[in-house]
Amino acid sequence: MSWLFFGLGFWLIAWGVNIWLARSAWSGTRAVKVLVPVIFGVTLIVLWEAGVRGLNVSPVILPPPSQVAQTFAASTDILWIDFVQTVLKGALRGLAIGITAAVICAILIDRSAFLTKGLLPIGNFFAALPIVGVAPIMVNWFGFDWQSKAAVVVVMVFFPILVNTVQGLRSTDAMQRDLMRTYGASYWQTLFKLRLPAAMPFVFNGLKIAMTLALIGAIVAEYFGSPTRGMGFRISTGVGALSIDLVWAEIVVAALVGTSLYGAVAWIEKRVTFWHPSQRNQ
Amino acid sequence: MGCARGIPMTKAALPILTVLAAIVGIWYLAVAPMNIRVALDTVERTGAVVTPEGSVERRAVSVWRLMAQNREHVSAGYALDRPRLPTPAQVGGELWKTTGEMAAKGRAWSKRSLIYHSWITLRSTLWGFVLGTSIGIIGAIAIVYSRVADLSIMPWAIISQTIPIVALAPMIIVVASQLGVESRGVPKAIISAYLCFFPVLVGMVKGLRSPEASQLDLLKTYDASGLQTFLKLRLPGSVPYLFTSLKVGIAAALVGTIVGELPTGAISGLGARILIGDQFGTPLAIWAALFAAAILAGLLVTVLDVTQRLTLGRMGMRA
Repeated sequence: MSWLFFGLGFWLIAWGVNIWLARSAWSGTRAVKVLVPVIFGVTLIVLWEAGVRGLNVSPVILPPPSQVAQTFAASTDILWIDFVQTVLKGALRGLAIGITAAVICAILIDRSAFLTKGLLPIGNFFAALPIVGVAPIMVNWFGFDWQSKAAVVVVMVFFPILVNTVQGLRSTDAMQRDLMRTYGASYWQTLFKLRLPAAMPFVFNGLKIAMTLALIGAIVAEYFGSPTRGMGFRISTGVGALSIDLVWAEIVVAALVGTSLYGAVAWIEKRVTFWHPSQRNQ
Repeated sequence: MGCARGIPMTKAALPILTVLAAIVGIWYLAVAPMNIRVALDTVERTGAVVTPEGSVERRAVSVWRLMAQNREHVSAGYALDRPRLPTPAQVGGELWKTTGEMAAKGRAWSKRSLIYHSWITLRSTLWGFVLGTSIGIIGAIAIVYSRVADLSIMPWAIISQTIPIVALAPMIIVVASQLGVESRGVPKAIISAYLCFFPVLVGMVKGLRSPEASQLDLLKTYDASGLQTFLKLRLPGSVPYLFTSLKVGIAAALVGTIVGELPTGAISGLGARILIGDQFGTPLAIWAALFAAAILAGLLVTVLDVTQRLTLGRMGMRA
C-alpha cells in the first residue's frame, strides 16, 4: 500500500509544482518549457513503478520501469545487434531510397500540369492507405533479410513525401516566378534557387511523417520473417517466450530511435527553413 | 478528392483516369517478369520443354533472358494459382469472389467472406476513432484553457507519435488478455485510438485558437461567460479544422486496426486475412484483403468528406 500512497503523493506534488511553474514569472522561459514536460513524464514513470509494485502486478504482465532499465543495461549487446539490423539496415536505407525516389518523381511530375492533376489525388489517396499490409508480399519478393524491410519502408514513405513535395513545388506565387524570369533564369536555376527552397517546409512535413512510418514498416515486416535478430523479431519472440522485460527494453529503444529521428529532422528543418514564419521567434 | 471541387467533373477526371490507366498498364507489364520463374516451373512440371531445364539452373539466368528464350510460356505467368504478382484482373476476381458472389449466395457473413472481415476491422476502427477523437478533443480543450496542460501534454503528444506503436501492439494485447479482456476488439481499438488522437488534437488546438482577438473581445463586451464563449465562438470556429483532422484521423485509425491485427495471430479482420494469406501461401487472398482495406479507407474518408461539406454548408461556411 505504501507504494500506492507514495505514487499518489508524488503525483500531487509534481502537479502542484507544474501549476506553480506555469503561473510563475518565468513561465515563458526555455527552462520552464523543458522542465514542465519532464516533470510530467517523470510522474508517469513513478506512477507506473508505484502502481506495479503497490498492486503486485506480475512482472510477466507488466514489469516496473526499474526492471526494464536493468534489463536494458544488461542486454545492450542484443539491443545493439537488433538496432543495427532494424534501424540502420532496414529503416534508414529504406528511408534514403524512398526519399530520393519520391523527390525525383515529384520534380519530374511537376514538369507536367496534366500529370500533377492526375497524380496528386491518387497520391493523396495512397498516402491514406494502410500500406503496411504489403509487408508479407515484400518479404516474399525480397527475402528475409533487410532488403525486404527496406522495400516496405520505401513503399510506405514514398507517397507522403511525393504528395508534400509536389504541393511544395507549387507553393511559389506567380510574382516570384516572374521575378526569376526577368533575371533570365533557366528552369534548373529557378528550381534550385527558388522552388526547391520554397518547397522545403512541405518536404519536412512529409519527412516527419515518414520518420515514424519508416520504423513502423521496418518492425512490422520483421513479424513476417526475419533473420534471428532485429527489433520486430525480438518483440514477437519475446512475447511468446514471456521475456516481457526484454520486449519493453526494445520498446524503449524504438521510442528513443523514433524521438531522436524526429528531433534530428526538426533540427535540420529549423536550419533549412529559418525564413519560414513558423520558425521565427523561436 | 479535394481539388476536384469547382472544376467540371470531366476535366478533373481525365488526368486521374489517365494516370490510373497507366498504373494498370505498368502493372500488367510487370506481371510477366515477376512471374516468369514460377510460370516456367509450373509448365515444366506438366512436361513442356523449357530452356534452360531445371529450376536451379534457371536461378542464374536473368528474367529477361528467360522471357526471351521461352516466349511461348510467358502467358502462363498471367494465369498462375499462386503468382508472385497477380494481375489486376485476378485480384479483382478474387475480391468479387469473396464479396459480391458470396453475398449473392447469401453467405456474406461467412468466415471466408471479406465483407465479414471488413466489418470486424471497421468495428474496431470506429471504436478506436470514437475513442481517439474524444481524447483528442478533450486534450485540445485542456490545452487551450490551461497553460499547465499546454506545457506538459503537447510535447508528450508529439513524442507518443514518434514511438512506433507496432512495437507496443503485442504488449497491449498481452496486457489486455491478462486483465481478463477476452475480446480482440478492445486492444485493436486502443491501438487505433493511439494513432488517431494526434491529428485530432493538433487540429482542434489550432481550431479552438482560430477566433481572432477582436472576436473574443466582442464576446467580452457582450459579457459572455467562459462557457458561452466556448459554445458560441470557439467551438463553431473549430469545426472546419475538426473535419480536416477527422479525415486524417479515420485513415490513421484504420492503419492502427490493421497493424493491431497483423502481428498478433488474430483470426478475423482484414489484417488477419493478410496474415493467414501469408501463412498459407495464398497471395491472391493477401492482395484481395489489401484492396478491401483500400476500398474501406476510401469509403470512410468519402463519408467524412460529404459530412464536412453538408455541415459547413449548413453553418454558412465555404467547404
